[in-house]
Amino acid sequence: MGAGHGHKLHFHGHSPIHRAPAHLKVLALLAFAIVVVATPRDAHPLFVAYAVVLAVVIGVSRVPPTYLLKRTVVELPFVVFAVLLPFVATGPRTEVLGVAVSEHGLEAGIALLVKGTLGVLASLTLAATTEPQDLLLGLERLRVPQQLVQIMAFMVRYLDVVTDEMHRMRIARESRGFSARDPRHWPVLAKSAGALFIRSYERGERVHLAMLSRGYTGRLPR
Amino acid sequence: MHVPDGFLDAPTSALTGAVAVGAVGLALVKARDELDDKTAPMAGLVAAFIFAVQMLNFPVGAGTSGHLMGGALAAVLVGPWTAVLCVSVVLLVQSLLFADGGITALGTNIVLMALTTVLVGWLVFRVLQLVLPKRMSLTPAQAGVAAFASVPVAASVFVLLYAVGGTADIPLDTLLTAMFGVHTLIGVGEGVITGLAVGAIVAVRPDLVRGARPLLESRELVIRGAGS
Repeated sequence: MGAGHGHKLHFHGHSPIHRAPAHLKVLALLAFAIVVVATPRDAHPLFVAYAVVLAVVIGVSRVPPTYLLKRTVVELPFVVFAVLLPFVATGPRTEVLGVAVSEHGLEAGIALLVKGTLGVLASLTLAATTEPQDLLLGLERLRVPQQLVQIMAFMVRYLDVVTDEMHRMRIARESRGFSARDPRHWPVLAKSAGALFIRSYERGERVHLAMLSRGYTGRLPR
Repeated sequence: MHVPDGFLDAPTSALTGAVAVGAVGLALVKARDELDDKTAPMAGLVAAFIFAVQMLNFPVGAGTSGHLMGGALAAVLVGPWTAVLCVSVVLLVQSLLFADGGITALGTNIVLMALTTVLVGWLVFRVLQLVLPKRMSLTPAQAGVAAFASVPVAASVFVLLYAVGGTADIPLDTLLTAMFGVHTLIGVGEGVITGLAVGAIVAVRPDLVRGARPLLESRELVIRGAGS
């Protein structure tokens, strides 16, 4: 958390992928994900080709594959869904390891896993090779509305401040012997959330006043 | 729980993407009425708050825990347009910097978690406010009911989207029953915690709760003598 800039997913490096302009990387990710999603699920060789392309990009970026693979856990809830699919879907049945499952469900579940994993790995590669500041500049070059980019910039800038504040509140609670175990402890946690909102909102007001006093007119200078 | 790439087919993702772009564009214009020139820093900080509050785990018992989605909470606290903007920015940052939620599913995620929860939460909250007696002590409960309602409705919208562009033929009534049932339970947690959090804020800084502002304005200054 003390790492000046960069965020938790960023993997510092100087590869061609790290140096590539952020707007091109975002466009490439979008194009890749759209192509993967639009590919019919029985075109198996194509998915192998996508995986190879992705593997080459990850290889060039010099981000250790284990670093990325460990972080694919974000898709876990949907893996559960994909595993359940063969059992709840209808249609002709087929046998897998002696269990009757739906053929469509099985295909759809596998397709979901493959497409989801390709998407998550591609997104992780973008996140690992791009600094937040570069990403914001890239989005601006892609004509994302200035106002939206500014909101994002403020969010990214104060994200660690706000999450650290929450972390300190947790340490304070725990050092007073509190540990949340069941719904009876919700009021304490909800009060913490309330306090966090008040602190964040008041910080926003102070930031705004500080910016006004430095000549802010609604646009950030470059 | 964010929808990943490949969960809905390409045309449906394009459709939800278009809806999301329109909604965020409208919210950008409308949020200026709620925040005027403070929009960028305030919405940014509120977005950071929503991101943080989604990391706050609430124990459900038996070792499992859940977290807030925060759409209805944001709507009650900062007004519906700013809330749509903030939650959308949270989803955008989660998708691009944290690989949480696929980039082609960003529109779907915005429609479900920014648009649906905020709009449903705000509408339920406003209707309750108009119907029930105008008392500040009711605001937390109204916010709680609004948050409770927003979760199963968002789940139903998901099932609707899945019916249009799902990639597997699950019997829809089964899916709807399962999603609605599970999310009604999740909604109870969302509602209780949203209500308690709004209660905590109303007690300390009622002026920061946008949904309570009409009540605050009609409140008269009471000067009580000592000892009364």
